[in-house]
Amino acid sequence: MNFDLTDERQMLQDSLRRFLADRYTTAARNAILEGETGFSPEIWSALADLGVIGALFTEAQGGFGGAGFDIAVVFEELGRAGVVEPFLDTALLGGGLIAALGSEDQQALVGDVIAGTLHLAFAHGEPASRYDLARVETTARGEAGEIVLDGRKAVVVNAEAAGQLIVSARESGGVDEPDGISLFLVPAGTRGLALRGYPLLAGGRAAEVTLDAVRVPVSARLGAAGQAFGAIEARVAAANVALAAEAMGAMETAARLTGDYLMTRKQFGRPIGTFQALAHRFADLLIEMEQARSAVINAAGHLEDAPQSRDRQIAAARNLIGRAGRLGAEEAIQMHGGIAMTQEYELAHIAKRIVMTDHRFGDTDHHLERFIALSAA
Amino acid sequence: MDLSYSPDEIAFRDEVRAFLAEKLPRETAELIRRGGHPGKAEMEAWHAILNEKGWLAPNWPKAFGGAEWNAVQRHIFEEECAAANAPRIVPFGLSMLAPVLMKFGSKAQQDHYLPRILDGTDWWCQGYSEPGAGSDLASLKTRAVRQGDHYIVNGQKTWTTLGQYANWIFCLVRTDPDAKQQEGISFLLIDMDTPGIEVRPIILLDGTPEVNEVWFTDVKVPVENLVGEENKGWTYAKYLLTHERTNIAGVGFSRAGLETVKRMARAEISGGRPLIENPHFAARMATVEADLMAMSTTNLRIISKAAVGQAPGVEASMLKVKGTIIRQEINDLARRAAGPYAMPFASETALGDNDPIGPDYIGPVAAEYFNNRKLSIFGGSNEIQRGIIAKVKLGGGK
Repeated sequence: MNFDLTDERQMLQDSLRRFLADRYTTAARNAILEGETGFSPEIWSALADLGVIGALFTEAQGGFGGAGFDIAVVFEELGRAGVVEPFLDTALLGGGLIAALGSEDQQALVGDVIAGTLHLAFAHGEPASRYDLARVETTARGEAGEIVLDGRKAVVVNAEAAGQLIVSARESGGVDEPDGISLFLVPAGTRGLALRGYPLLAGGRAAEVTLDAVRVPVSARLGAAGQAFGAIEARVAAANVALAAEAMGAMETAARLTGDYLMTRKQFGRPIGTFQALAHRFADLLIEMEQARSAVINAAGHLEDAPQSRDRQIAAARNLIGRAGRLGAEEAIQMHGGIAMTQEYELAHIAKRIVMTDHRFGDTDHHLERFIALSAA
Repeated sequence: MDLSYSPDEIAFRDEVRAFLAEKLPRETAELIRRGGHPGKAEMEAWHAILNEKGWLAPNWPKAFGGAEWNAVQRHIFEEECAAANAPRIVPFGLSMLAPVLMKFGSKAQQDHYLPRILDGTDWWCQGYSEPGAGSDLASLKTRAVRQGDHYIVNGQKTWTTLGQYANWIFCLVRTDPDAKQQEGISFLLIDMDTPGIEVRPIILLDGTPEVNEVWFTDVKVPVENLVGEENKGWTYAKYLLTHERTNIAGVGFSRAGLETVKRMARAEISGGRPLIENPHFAARMATVEADLMAMSTTNLRIISKAAVGQAPGVEASMLKVKGTIIRQEINDLARRAAGPYAMPFASETALGDNDPIGPDYIGPVAAEYFNNRKLSIFGGSNEIQRGIIAKVKLGGGK
């Protein structure tokens, strides 16, 4: 048993934490949140130079990490600082899917992602699919040597900034069958592709994406026709490790801010943290924090397992993080009082990041159901 | 024991329903049903409609132009208004300041201010909390120094709800810095147009400009704007805080909120079936509904006592704690029901003139979830309420 990070990961964590503490201040983040683009291109390239994106890919893919613990280290720090830049969407999901399925030509795009010069978005969820990964109504059909895509994609994070969308579409099978789903690279600006963009509550931007007879060459397909679902599940598993780690990092910040506030804020002539009613609740927060950290370790440590074991561990972790995160966010706000309700105070953003992770790739109940099903299997 | 309303109460309820069906502006109700926030114009219009009917001030005596309803009637009115998605009656003038003026104000103050509250001439806001005086309100520092026939006021108030619309503010100010905390406070009425007052908006975490900071720099306030006696303001402040508490449980809002959750859960599909049939989601909804059913009866039990003149004591604190927990749980269910469509920033979906981003049955539920974290913080946080309950019931207080 050894719960220490390797030297490489420790160095990555240290340098990323230092960079974000220096550069990703509350004021800097608030400026990003109020901006039009939803993220900072300067921060993005600086972090790419620091190797943050490369850490999310294996050596064979052109990176220097890519394992569950690499993902956890990076996203814990991103969560701790409340980073809104689209590492999940461009790198882990977009770049990860191309790396997993792409041809040699397509793999070249991964290099651009690692260099920080290409953004991607994973256009998979649909208005009626909720958290069901296999439910894809968008269709792909061959016509005159091309592929024609029709359908609608919901809450596609980072779609406006993406140079390429990775669009899932059904080539065969019923609307909720795993078989028959393919992925296609659709360059931004392709005729028939329409984006309706909007800001997200927790920062960043997303779009409703409409595909109206969008034509792409057959070479835009990633991997074999109708066989993308396994890769989608594997990448979403990685995304779930990232989301769990991000929420855990953000919970640490929420707990730190709350602890500081409890011993700074005075009412009735003494720091409010000296009132036992609050002190005990703060203690509970720290206990849940340790649970969350262990849940992330469990999930990250099993990311390379066979799918059934991998997904069971991840479902358990995300269920726990969903519960602990809600408690952490709500209690942190409550123990602060009114100040935590204000947009400019750091905790407001951190609390939104925590709670909103519960709406990506399955909420607390979804993961509970998955955990039950996978435990029975 | 009889759990049903009397024939008179049923007749009253039907009258309220008929009135709401006829007079509540449709667009305003639709805006609120979709989770939007009515603006100043919508709120003023609704006040005017209620005033014309004589229903704007349910708690006021008829002598002052009120409806003089008993606690049960007021409860029925509030429930029906919430169910119909009517705007809330803005409480600062009508149910906070007015009772204080009626009990402690001069005849001249009553004659001048009360009619202006009813006809909408004045929009009042509350100057109680300060940056350093939240739960410990009596530690407030805003100073008022008597100079001839004026007070000179300096200091800062915060969390001033809808202060951006107000032309008057009632304030707790410190007039005797040497007295024991509670004994040096006075209750002042201040015209917001007086030089030296600055209102700065505080943007809340859901993006709404709902509360403000109000800064006072050498603000001259005529001495006739003092309510009651100098240094007795804490007594009036406590009277204000305990007076209007019939709606503290927010049963009507919880019912309306639960209906919204059910409507969403019927439409939303999860794993091929309506979400409302999902056992985990259904269990969450059923649990909160069971809580709400019991709290509704607790609320009526306490209201019935109030109707025969027994003032609610710690029960009001109990209702505040339980009522806010239930409302917040319903907000949590609503964001869960929305699934990925909880993620968009609400301001766009909340606007009536914009197409919703996702399905039209999903409003700005996540924004509402975050905004309503305030419920357990303001008006005496739930920790303060628990302290009151424990102190009274353990015999450490009166």
